Amino acid sequence: MKNKVTIIKEYTKGIWQSNPVFKQILGMCPTLAVTVSAINGIAMALATTFVLVFSSFIISSVRKLIPTQVRIASYIVVIATFVTIVDLVMKAQFPELSKSLGPYIPLIVVNCIILGRQEAFSSKNTPLRSVVDALGMGSGFLIALFMLGSIRELLGSRTILGFQLLPDFYEPWLVMILPAGAFLTLGLMLAFFNNLSLHKKKSDNDKLIAKYLKTKTAADFVIEENK
Amino acid sequence: MKTVIHMLLTLTFIGIVSGGLLSQISEWAEPKIEEHRKAETARAIYLVQPEAKSYERITNVDFEVYKVFDEMKNSIGFALPYEGNGFQGKIRLMVGLNDELNKLKGLQILEQVETPGLGTKITEENFLKQFLNLSAQPMVNWVKAVPPEKQNEIQTITGATISSKAVVIILNDGIKKLRDAEKDGGVK
Repeated sequence: MKNKVTIIKEYTKGIWQSNPVFKQILGMCPTLAVTVSAINGIAMALATTFVLVFSSFIISSVRKLIPTQVRIASYIVVIATFVTIVDLVMKAQFPELSKSLGPYIPLIVVNCIILGRQEAFSSKNTPLRSVVDALGMGSGFLIALFMLGSIRELLGSRTILGFQLLPDFYEPWLVMILPAGAFLTLGLMLAFFNNLSLHKKKSDNDKLIAKYLKTKTAADFVIEENK
Repeated sequence: MKTVIHMLLTLTFIGIVSGGLLSQISEWAEPKIEEHRKAETARAIYLVQPEAKSYERITNVDFEVYKVFDEMKNSIGFALPYEGNGFQGKIRLMVGLNDELNKLKGLQILEQVETPGLGTKITEENFLKQFLNLSAQPMVNWVKAVPPEKQNEIQTITGATISSKAVVIILNDGIKKLRDAEKDGGVK
């Protein structure tokens, strides 16, 4: 049954069907805290994706060697190692970015997207599938954080990625770069996406019913003709 | 028993590999991080002491303070990084002082986590320029909502009074500490 899911599906499910932010509601702490600007969101998501891909690869490679009793401890050590690598590299190469993300880079260790994917996916799948899944989840996280960061940056300081998009007479909404703005934006975005998937479900259902009715009437027609 | 040994071995192995890897990376990153920190300190010192050409860390006190020199190697004052509590968290600032410790040459905020849009105005030019050539005799003081009259007064930011006051309090604490150190034995 496992092999019925194609590799492509394994990737795309992270973007929409089980998007870590919009569908699984995981990793809320970095989502809400760092998205004061689009660039922060991108950096956070890339750092998370890096950790996710490498820990998924390692853990799925050694998944049969780790005794179940100590699996969580092992996952945490592996994840923490990669997070520390990201933290050190960022501090050394991108000091400005590392300063603006502050304590949230070390906190990737406890990001539930990462531990969740190891427990739910990597510990049961091959390295290739795990890496693809990790990339998918990372892309989904990146899209979510970029959207949230862009909206907040646009309304809170008139810019996206540092380019001014709104005219000077627009008074920036301070609330958008405060924590409250994160909650408001995320709530509205969740409502929007849930509404979207509800509609999709409904139209899918309608299509199925229409198709069924068509075949049914055709079948009835055949039956009646036979009489 | 076999499982226990297996568990111990797995965790030990993972720990050793992870530790080894991290020490390698850290060896590469540590000097770079140190370099950034130094560059940042230097940048702040030259901002608060505009005439400065070189600086030297003073070693006979138990806090961080720099002696600043002009191009003739004459001492022109001090640069003092100091930190204290702001409205929401720590504020770290760098203040430039003259040799007699009674006049400010400049002020920069190095780190702060104040309210965006309100408290963060303490990092803006309009607030900081008030500290240029401000007298610190006997101490720096603040006034609210009216333009300052005395030589040692600054005006707090509307909507960010606590943050503005915090800056002044941290400043005064730092100056006091430096003056005390100067009194018992001098700083070299």
